[in-house]
Amino acid sequence: MIFSFDLLFEAILFGILLGCFYAAVSLGLSVAFGLLDVPYVAHPAVLILGSYGTFWLNDHLGIDPLLSGIMLMPVFYALGVMLYRFYHASFESRGGDASVNGLAFFFGLAFIIEVLLIIVFGVDQRSAHADYIGESLEIGEIRLPYRLLVAFGVALLLTYVLTLFFSKTFVGRAIKAVGQDEMALRLMGANPTQIKQMAFGIATAVNALAGAMLIIVSPVEPSMDRIYIGRTFCVVVLAGLGSMSGTLVAGLLLGIVESIVLTLFGASWAPAVAFGMLLILLGLRPQGLFGR
Amino acid sequence: MDKTRRKVLGAGGAGVLAASLPTGTALAAQPIKIGMSMPQTGGLGAGGQAALVALRMWVEEVNGRGGLLGRQVEFIAYDDQSNPANTPGIYTKLLDVDKVDLLIAPYATGPTAPIMPLVKQRGKLLMGNFSFQVNSKVKHDMWFNNAPWNKADGWSKGFIAAGQAAGAKTIAILAEDAEFAQNLADGMREIIGKGIGLTKVFDQNFPPTTKDFSSLIRAVKATKADLVFVACYPPSASGLVNAVNEIGLASQTMMFGGGMVGLQFTPIMINLGSKLNGIVNYHTYVPGVKFPGIDDFFKRYTPKAKAAKVDELGYYLPPFNYAIGQMLEQAINATKSIDDRKLADYFRKNEMKTIVGNFRFDADGERVPDHVITIQFRGLKDKDQEQFRNPARQVVIHPAEDKTGAVIVPFDKARKAK
Repeated sequence: MIFSFDLLFEAILFGILLGCFYAAVSLGLSVAFGLLDVPYVAHPAVLILGSYGTFWLNDHLGIDPLLSGIMLMPVFYALGVMLYRFYHASFESRGGDASVNGLAFFFGLAFIIEVLLIIVFGVDQRSAHADYIGESLEIGEIRLPYRLLVAFGVALLLTYVLTLFFSKTFVGRAIKAVGQDEMALRLMGANPTQIKQMAFGIATAVNALAGAMLIIVSPVEPSMDRIYIGRTFCVVVLAGLGSMSGTLVAGLLLGIVESIVLTLFGASWAPAVAFGMLLILLGLRPQGLFGR
Repeated sequence: MDKTRRKVLGAGGAGVLAASLPTGTALAAQPIKIGMSMPQTGGLGAGGQAALVALRMWVEEVNGRGGLLGRQVEFIAYDDQSNPANTPGIYTKLLDVDKVDLLIAPYATGPTAPIMPLVKQRGKLLMGNFSFQVNSKVKHDMWFNNAPWNKADGWSKGFIAAGQAAGAKTIAILAEDAEFAQNLADGMREIIGKGIGLTKVFDQNFPPTTKDFSSLIRAVKATKADLVFVACYPPSASGLVNAVNEIGLASQTMMFGGGMVGLQFTPIMINLGSKLNGIVNYHTYVPGVKFPGIDDFFKRYTPKAKAAKVDELGYYLPPFNYAIGQMLEQAINATKSIDDRKLADYFRKNEMKTIVGNFRFDADGERVPDHVITIQFRGLKDKDQEQFRNPARQVVIHPAEDKTGAVIVPFDKARKAK
């Protein structure tokens, strides 16, 4: 083990950047799974779809990947609305084993997305090009990759905007309410299905931007969703289902601990850290860090 | 009476037996089935798909020449998704359901290792496909690998030789937690253990799921090692090169690279572009290396690869997969048989002529002598595929017979070299 305080400081610094990236890719799931209780296991596949959409806009039209992600958000919102309508009509409205059937549906969707991406784009790794990808900010001896700084900034902004939206707007509060008591919301004159549909649209739209973050941070390939499925669910459960700021904190925690373990103790231990932390926390605090 | 009855029964039995056997014409009409699994998706998919283009090209050409032993060749390839867990099932299906005559192994060590016991148990000839030391413990006497390497030191000797010539004293090892990479790293550890004057200052494995390598590269940088030897598969190779580009290495680091799979694949090379400059890595073929017939192969391969949207340069796997076909063709024509045992005997005793040089095999079915080249990337620009056809962009620094230039050190200087 190599140890120095400089290395530890850098590990924490990189952990913060990496953690914000984890939070950015988990926010959509926090809405869909955390707030709406939809078993959205296709979340990472939709994320990769966002990355490929960004790649296409960047490669064919030369649009900045960040801007591409923002441009894709309305399209992904519509995709999310359609997905939820199908899920609701086919499983949720019929009661019974909606969660189990929904799980199978979203698993199937993830595989379909992966196969479609392979057919359209092939199996090669794809990456986006921008001035800030591959360059670093030099502060003395420390070099911070701009790609991680961009992810850091976007994650903070996205968390702030979503927190504000869910606490200050009528629709946002309705989304939080529908997750807690659907009947009460119905008695208030709101249509829970419509509210959920909008929330799912938002969750999927957030995925478009998170997908852009993903391809900014590292090259993508169609089967990459399998890497992120465990990590994103871990962040959301660790946060306490449905908490946006909790998602940021959980992402940061995961990023920092992973970075320290990776730098000082060995990279082989890093994947075990996320689930080790999750197990310990669930034992001590089953509702997650910010869950009620 | 008895005699007559025996004659009648004998004639009848022979008739039934003859009817149950395929006639000469029917046998000739039956194709020779060659089966394999190939990673067509997943981390190894890009390489696997390019290799398939070359294998299908050989099948097309051999069938155009009238087939083998007067029979057409039917080629069956399933996608193992780069997942070693899938290959035993696929090869069982190939043998029991498709009833293939000959087997080719999937590309890479990971997917091949699990099928070795099965193939040995069934007594089948298996043509290896760029795997590494999968037969060293299984000892299947009908295994013949198309790879240019043999023992672990074959991969790293070019890297070590260049490093030592430059005066390197310390080394850091980074290896992916995967069968091939671990074998390679073990080989390097063994070489260092023999006391060649190199001190190991860092030795770490990392999981294949690692996506950001910044922390790992910072830890390597802190060691100030003269040589940084890396053994990994394509997805990690890209991540590591990106991280090195952003974080940098210590100013005294002479060489970085060694055993990174992926830096030979066109899409990855184009994606990384100038970030590859200075890296020293193994390769199997680059322009400038003289193999008879290889230029013609690439003239036929490139349009097919372009149409299939796969690796258009195809320097890594495609010619060696085509060579599998050539070796099978030579052995089948010489022995006039597709019997696994007869073919294996032929492979062991004869020199096989291919577009990637002539092969002889040792007792483990690996190539002797090995022919791994070590190259240094230099003067590369971004987003330019054609530059890789220029021998000056991938300079061969080892072995002596293929050498097209000397290594440039330290790493920082090599990155700027034209």
